[in-house]
Amino acid sequence: MKNDIILAGVGGQGILSIAATIGMAAVETGLYLKQAEVHGMSQRGGDVQSHLRISDQQIASDLIPKGGADMILSVEPMESLRYLPWLREKGWLITNTNPVVNIPNYPNGESIELAISKVPNHVTLDAEKIARKLGTARAANIVVLGAASPYINLEYKALENAIRNIFKNKGDKIIQLNLDALKAGREIAEGKN
Amino acid sequence: MQKLLLLGDEAIAQGAIDAGISGIYAYPGTPSTEITEYVQRSSEAREKNIRSQWSANEKTAMEAAIGMSYAGKRSMVCMKHVGLNVAADAFVNSAITGTNGGLIVVAADDPSMHSSQNEQDSRFYGKFAMIPVLEPSNQQEAYEMAHYGFDLSEKLKTPVLMRITTRLAHSRSGVVRKTSREQNEVSFPENLRQYVLLPMNARKQYKALLQNQASFEEHSEESGWNEYFDGQDKSRGIIASGIAYNYLMENYPDRKVPNPVLKVGQYPLPKNLVEKISKECDELLLLEEGFPFIEEMLKGFLGDCLNVKGRMDGTISMDGELTPNSVRRALGLKTTEGEAVPELVTPRPPKLCPGCSHIDSYHALNEALQDFTKGRVFSDIGCYTLGALPPFDAINSCVDMGASVTMAKGAADAGLIPSIAVIGDSTFTHSGITGLLDCVNDKSNVVIIILDNATTAMTGGQHSSALGHLENICKGIGVEEDHIRVLNPLKKHHEENVKAMKEEIAYEGVSVIIPRRECIQTAKRHKKTQKTENVKTA
Repeated sequence: MKNDIILAGVGGQGILSIAATIGMAAVETGLYLKQAEVHGMSQRGGDVQSHLRISDQQIASDLIPKGGADMILSVEPMESLRYLPWLREKGWLITNTNPVVNIPNYPNGESIELAISKVPNHVTLDAEKIARKLGTARAANIVVLGAASPYINLEYKALENAIRNIFKNKGDKIIQLNLDALKAGREIAEGKN
Repeated sequence: MQKLLLLGDEAIAQGAIDAGISGIYAYPGTPSTEITEYVQRSSEAREKNIRSQWSANEKTAMEAAIGMSYAGKRSMVCMKHVGLNVAADAFVNSAITGTNGGLIVVAADDPSMHSSQNEQDSRFYGKFAMIPVLEPSNQQEAYEMAHYGFDLSEKLKTPVLMRITTRLAHSRSGVVRKTSREQNEVSFPENLRQYVLLPMNARKQYKALLQNQASFEEHSEESGWNEYFDGQDKSRGIIASGIAYNYLMENYPDRKVPNPVLKVGQYPLPKNLVEKISKECDELLLLEEGFPFIEEMLKGFLGDCLNVKGRMDGTISMDGELTPNSVRRALGLKTTEGEAVPELVTPRPPKLCPGCSHIDSYHALNEALQDFTKGRVFSDIGCYTLGALPPFDAINSCVDMGASVTMAKGAADAGLIPSIAVIGDSTFTHSGITGLLDCVNDKSNVVIIILDNATTAMTGGQHSSALGHLENICKGIGVEEDHIRVLNPLKKHHEENVKAMKEEIAYEGVSVIIPRRECIQTAKRHKKTQKTENVKTA
């Protein structure tokens, strides 16, 4: 079993929280993990990505080879397309549809939608809208994780436990909010919503 | 033992704590920052009283680490690759003095320049100084090499360089801890002239260092960090150093490479092992993250003594970091890629945060300079370097820490008036002070703008050595008090800020302007902590 996931977004959107959640769930499950992050200059509103690899075998490379990713998990629609060369055939693209427009020449929404729809296996969702309904748009990243969760080889419970762990210093209310966000995202992916 | 999920940087830090360091010294620099931050956050390190505050720059950090080693204790000093240029004088001479307590210098290289101005490979510094170099391939090795490196340093009485690269520094994986070791007691070097590099003494010390080379190499042969794996197919042998080994193994899911492989993790190069693989195989493929360091040594000047493939013959590109795919191509295996990036995807360069004080400073500066031809603003290393990009297009240089001040001086000396320097508060105390002293002594006609956001922002908001000292430093150096102007970079003060800048540009002498407003990121954090504390006290 292996899951190679490219996490994508814009600096400050919280992809490292997604990475931490999956990472903790994987380690608790007894799997091997490697996760390469981007620190430094690009965290200032630039494009950021993280290579997350989990496996029941030892993992060699910190980076996922091009054509080898099982999934692109993105919190920004244009950013989800930047890493298509990494996605393997039949891999999943799962992305939030809320654009971060912090550049003057941001492409129009329809052309992005069209490009995403050309990927055979994709899930798109308005994660901010869902998160806002739950209480805060800031949980959008965990909604996207929820939508991706059926396609990651981890028990749903392990992800829930990881969220409890990661947000434990922020109080029960924030934990519950993120658990709800995870669930709402999952239900979208399973077509229940 | 306990398994921790650690970045490569953090694995080194935990290794150093467990190996019994008494102090860690550093100036923040991507991708090395998290080593020291980990020690600063560690409750264990606090209990053990391990000192870990930020130093003013890499040279002061290196020297303090040498001092701690002199006093018999184990010390670590960490920097990004270009930081080793700043510390180079102390670093190279520490090889001549040798050590008392163990001393590890960590240099974190940044091939592909994710957050740097060049791709220099620190292994050359290790060879230049003639000391052992360790190059871990993964987080577990990074942890264990900290233990090994301190033992080696004390056994051989030499500083040890640990060289890592971005992808290990910033990648997380499980690390199993070993038992931890007590700190050393304070002790004097056996010979109280060991550190006195007067020529008559330095000659002796240098001869000793030369004699030690054989022993350094012997350790490389036998330590186990250089490992020979045999293979059936001798048409090609593969030498892979550091994390390049991982990219090699990635291509063999069952971990069985058909060719002989020499995995390199310790230098000086193990001559016997290199000779073995070179004799047994028709051709050698060199996989190295960074410059073709081993490749160049094997090829020699004329390049025809061995059949070597690598970066120098174009099998792998000379620039940029390795990837699983570039290594796969070099191995001659079929590579696959997903769909191409759609054309609509546009670059998204980093930018100053909304509300950043530098934005207001640059708007004011651009307006103050609008009557002059462009090309007069020398800048430096930090978030404000992003002022080179639209919409500001405000700066014309970024070379090395502190260069803004001295380049502005040189340009002013050449007759380019006005010449402006733009430097951050932390960068100024890192390497700008001495340049400003040159300006004062030479009565140069320059305007030095110190953007004071009260932190080392680009690397994540570390403590700035400048905090609370800037005006006094400038006064103390001899800048006239009337020409040290503190501004508040906010939109509502724009007009008065432009006016102040224009006045100092008109002044024929050394002016210092300090636009002062806290970094928006650290301000947010402080507000949050304040809120939590208020809740706690309420």
